[in-house]
Amino acid sequence: MAKITLDNLAHSYMPNPASEDDFALKELNHDWADGEAYALLGSSGCGKSTLLNIISGLLHPSQGRILFDGKDVTGAPTAERNIAQVFQFPVVYDTMTVRDNLAFPLRNRGADPAYIAQRVQSIAAMIGMEDTLNRKARGLTADAKQKISLGRGMVREDVNALLFDEPLTVIDPHMKWELRTQLKRLHHDFGHTMIYVTHDQTEALTFADKVVVMYDGRVVQIGTPEELFERPAHTFVGYFIGSPGMNVIPARIEGDRAHVEGGSVALPGGFAPLSGKVEIGVRPEYARLTSGEGLPVTIRRVEDVGRHKIVRATLGERDLNIIAAESDSIGPDMTRVTFDPAGVNVYVDDWRVAPGSTQPSKVGEAA
Amino acid sequence: MEKTVNQKAWFLVLPVLVLVAFSAVIPLMTVVNYSVQDSFGQNNFFWAGLIWFEELLNSERMWDALGRQLAFSAIILAIEVPLGIFVALNMPKKGFWASVCLVLMSLPLLIPWNVVGTIWQVFARVDIGLLGYTLDKIGVDYNYTQDFFAAWATIIVMDVWHWTSLVALLAYAGLQSIPNAYYQAAKIDQASRWAVFRYIEFPKMLGVLMIAILLRFMDSFMIYTEPFVVTGGGPGNATTLLSIDLVKMALGQFDLGNAAAFSIMYFLVILAISWVFYTVMTNLDKRDAG
Repeated sequence: MAKITLDNLAHSYMPNPASEDDFALKELNHDWADGEAYALLGSSGCGKSTLLNIISGLLHPSQGRILFDGKDVTGAPTAERNIAQVFQFPVVYDTMTVRDNLAFPLRNRGADPAYIAQRVQSIAAMIGMEDTLNRKARGLTADAKQKISLGRGMVREDVNALLFDEPLTVIDPHMKWELRTQLKRLHHDFGHTMIYVTHDQTEALTFADKVVVMYDGRVVQIGTPEELFERPAHTFVGYFIGSPGMNVIPARIEGDRAHVEGGSVALPGGFAPLSGKVEIGVRPEYARLTSGEGLPVTIRRVEDVGRHKIVRATLGERDLNIIAAESDSIGPDMTRVTFDPAGVNVYVDDWRVAPGSTQPSKVGEAA
Repeated sequence: MEKTVNQKAWFLVLPVLVLVAFSAVIPLMTVVNYSVQDSFGQNNFFWAGLIWFEELLNSERMWDALGRQLAFSAIILAIEVPLGIFVALNMPKKGFWASVCLVLMSLPLLIPWNVVGTIWQVFARVDIGLLGYTLDKIGVDYNYTQDFFAAWATIIVMDVWHWTSLVALLAYAGLQSIPNAYYQAAKIDQASRWAVFRYIEFPKMLGVLMIAILLRFMDSFMIYTEPFVVTGGGPGNATTLLSIDLVKMALGQFDLGNAAAFSIMYFLVILAISWVFYTVMTNLDKRDAG
């Protein structure tokens, strides 16, 4: 188990990257604290897997260093880093039995046979495959194969970190839940540093202590699920996390009020004059339909999802989503929307600006 | 669901039946016809029963040729398959050099068989051939026209030169189909190079390898042109493989009955071995599927 430090790390798949756009992973400084469970969340192609492969040593970064507990391992091969990694698609050794598959990483490291047998047995219990231990891995379902992959990742107790690259994509929903719970319990019991890559926000938010959100090769926010929800540091985080995502509305800021199309909105604090593309972000949960005051909206449709209603509306030219309680009745006179000031965030060039400051604070940049 | 009865549908298979009849069944039946008759010329044929088959089974000449043929196929398979795998494993996976390798590898496969024979016939000559001359000059006693081992070595090296590419290309295709994640997982699991081959590469290559072995076996078992051009079956009968012997019998001596019985036996051996391969391969597929 180790603390993993990324120092000025960046990677490009091109031999001579010229501009920042050529980098699949833009410059990043970050400490992965020892024993924490992280989720790495982002849409496809945002650099999540690149980052993971750099940590495990499958990829050599174009620049920067990786340190495990302060020791530079940038040049060290995967084997020396002592890392376990589970991939998106099941990787099993077809010709081996399930038992041999699980024992393989231990045997390769010359572990004691009695220890291997005991360890394989307990991992098999954890993934629920004790009955199939003597079967050949060939011909098992994708579910079962992925469970073997997970088991192989977890069989070593002394790993520095456990990396998961969208491991539950091929697993059916019921089993997904169960395996995720198992992983969480494993983390609780053994305290491995875990990094879990996913594009599924529910998976990320339920698994991790801290969620790292990536967008376009950059880490845009690292925070607890609550922080990501209440104070998205980047409009992408607001849009990506939440269902539906945050409403982003162009605005002009004057003190503690934001002027938007059709009126003005109260802000949680006072702001100095801001330059650049200024917007406000409001989660649908903090928007409320009224018949009295507020901004004029046109309601297009109401979706009843059971727990609540999602109101799809337009404010001027823009779409605006509002979440209304299941018990609220939406009358024809309710054509105005108000925002809870505490739930309004201000963005300059897509980055969040805290009340009172003029510059956004971006993560990942060297202090 | 009701089954539609329409006997006219039989006409749809007629073209295939005609094609197969003219390309395979009728020629084969001619051979069967010859194998049970005898002729003393002038196109007069007499019923001879199974005497040609009896003679064949008691013929030392045939058994010797069959033995040489099996030895030849076994030796070239034993060399070409591991060598082909080895070459495939060491070929670049992608980029410019991968294309260069692919083109170079397919070159020998494009050369007509009699040209291959001629190339080696000249190449290996002691008087003017680069290989034969060099070997002779550095003191190796090499003369494929007189020496049993030299003749065998020449036709085996020639076949390896000609056909290893095929095995290598097929094995390479098998290797290319392995997702990168397997190699990455093996690295994470600290698998040795041998373990990567044994547990990842070899199992994934096995399917195409079986096809490669089957193709190489059938081709080598029927080989005629190349050794005939190089050694003509000699010295003595040293490199008289089955097909060379068959041609000698049918066209040289014009023993149609003997030759026909020989052909049928030849056909049955190939059929039997192909059937074994087919069974093994379908079982492999079944194992993959279930």
